[in-house]
Amino acid sequence: MRFRRNKPAVISLALLASLVLLVIVWPWMASYSWETTSDAQFDPPSARHWFGTDVHGRDLLTRVMYGARVSLLVGVVGAGVAFVIGVAWGAVSGYVGGRLDGAMMRFVDILYSLPSIIFVIVLLTTLKETTTQWLTSLLGSKATSQASVLLLFAGLGAVSWLTMARIVRGQVLTLRHRAFVDASRSLGAGHARIIWRHILPNVWGIVIVYLTLTVPSVILYESFLSYLGLGIEPPMASWGSLVAEGAGQLNSVRIYWWLVVFPSAMLVSTLLALNFLGDGLRDAFDPKGQV
Amino acid sequence: MFFLKRLLFLIPLLLVISFLAFILMRLAPGGPFDSDRAPASPEIERALRAKYHLDQPWLVQYGHFLGSLAKGDLGLSTKYRNHTVNDIIASALPVSMTLGGLAFFFALVVGIPWGVLMAIQRGQWGDYLWGLLSLLAACIPALVIGPILVLSLAVKAGWFPVALWESPLHVVLPTFTLGLLFAGKVARLVRESMTTTLQSEFITAARAKGLSESEILVKHALRIALLPVVSFAAPMLADLLTGSFVVETIFQIPGLGAFFVNSSLNRDYPLLMGLVLLYAALLLLLNLLADFLIAKLDPRVRYE
Repeated sequence: MRFRRNKPAVISLALLASLVLLVIVWPWMASYSWETTSDAQFDPPSARHWFGTDVHGRDLLTRVMYGARVSLLVGVVGAGVAFVIGVAWGAVSGYVGGRLDGAMMRFVDILYSLPSIIFVIVLLTTLKETTTQWLTSLLGSKATSQASVLLLFAGLGAVSWLTMARIVRGQVLTLRHRAFVDASRSLGAGHARIIWRHILPNVWGIVIVYLTLTVPSVILYESFLSYLGLGIEPPMASWGSLVAEGAGQLNSVRIYWWLVVFPSAMLVSTLLALNFLGDGLRDAFDPKGQV
Repeated sequence: MFFLKRLLFLIPLLLVISFLAFILMRLAPGGPFDSDRAPASPEIERALRAKYHLDQPWLVQYGHFLGSLAKGDLGLSTKYRNHTVNDIIASALPVSMTLGGLAFFFALVVGIPWGVLMAIQRGQWGDYLWGLLSLLAACIPALVIGPILVLSLAVKAGWFPVALWESPLHVVLPTFTLGLLFAGKVARLVRESMTTTLQSEFITAARAKGLSESEILVKHALRIALLPVVSFAAPMLADLLTGSFVVETIFQIPGLGAFFVNSSLNRDYPLLMGLVLLYAALLLLLNLLADFLIAKLDPRVRYE
């Protein structure tokens, strides 16, 4: 398989898998808890605190590992919704064309034109009570923060697929009159088969690249919401909220560089790995590539 | 003809959007005059509610909104009570448009050559190096870049002013902070679509004809490779022109971005409706323009 010969992609996949594993088992390995405060305020990185400590004396490494859960999940949910709904919507709209295309794209336009911040605020405020009650009865314990995380996922998912739909439709429009599509049609292939076998393989490249862009933008949007106080509520953490917290501590008198550098570095290296992975997948899926 | 029809169709579309925004805002709990935003006495609150027609049923309220909208009047803000929404937009929009327009220009001028550079070196170390940089640009939030730029280039080096919006020098840092993220994204998109385009048959045909590589790149490939960028750039421009909350906060710029966030948090219905309409109109027009451009750039695209 082409994918296995792409070294950066394979290494990235291994790195991502080990990160996920590490994040899952971290609570049993860590010597600090993510929410316990201490007197060691703003300790620079040392043997005891590899990533240093934050304003409340909490171990930053543990907070980064803890924040990874929310950030990775947010990224996966956003990208998943963008992939499933966005690609299906764009492909059908571009392929069928005509009135259906017009109607489907106007629907996207309408959702897109409502500033997403309003969407998210309304979603978070109106549904918070019901979701909290529902989750509390489901989990058996008070679940306010879980409810807001869940709603955050829903809100980010709802807006993440729109651009994908537009991009896929644009690509499909250029493909549906190409000779190989006409050839397949004249041989009696059905619409589903044409879309699945002939059109989508030519779209995967741009889809994967756009997905690797969606993950960072969803993670960054989450940090923006947390910055406004709408996303993750302290003392919970996400990479975005940790970066925002660290950036808030930047001033010309004293620079606690580790508060910005470590969360950003984790964020960026994860996205980097995702990107190499995406590149490898893109080549593996490219119908025109050499075997 | 097709585009003229779609242009006319924007009007009902905008009405639908405004109605949806109206309903959404009313569904959100709380109103412009409750809890910490409460006026001094119940009488004053009642008078205020009457003044803003908030004591009437929703549909009547929406009717009032449409009525004054037809006269070009977006009403009075409930938060900044001495200012009409028209005034607020008229004073903040030019600032945001200048900054956003410059950032857009920066993103395209930097991002497109950047992506082409990566595409022609695909698989070589140059591709990885530039790819790494473009990814960094697309991933580091303005929240981090802004303060770092201010600390290093403004406070330490003193080359640029720290904040505010006055001389042309004040524009440099915010433009860079706002534009860098989009430049990185544009570069990634161009790299991808350029790679795909360079593998297609008409490029092979152009090569066989004996055209030089640079001619092929600029005259043939770039034109097609820019299609996804056009789809991406339209909503991006609408976002940029209506301001950025983070960049405006960091650099203390009196733009429109802060009003988007604050009006939803304050339940400032009239201001919010004005902003939604402005953003929606801009976005829909730009998307229409993008579709038009795509049809111009790629002869294979047909809308029927």
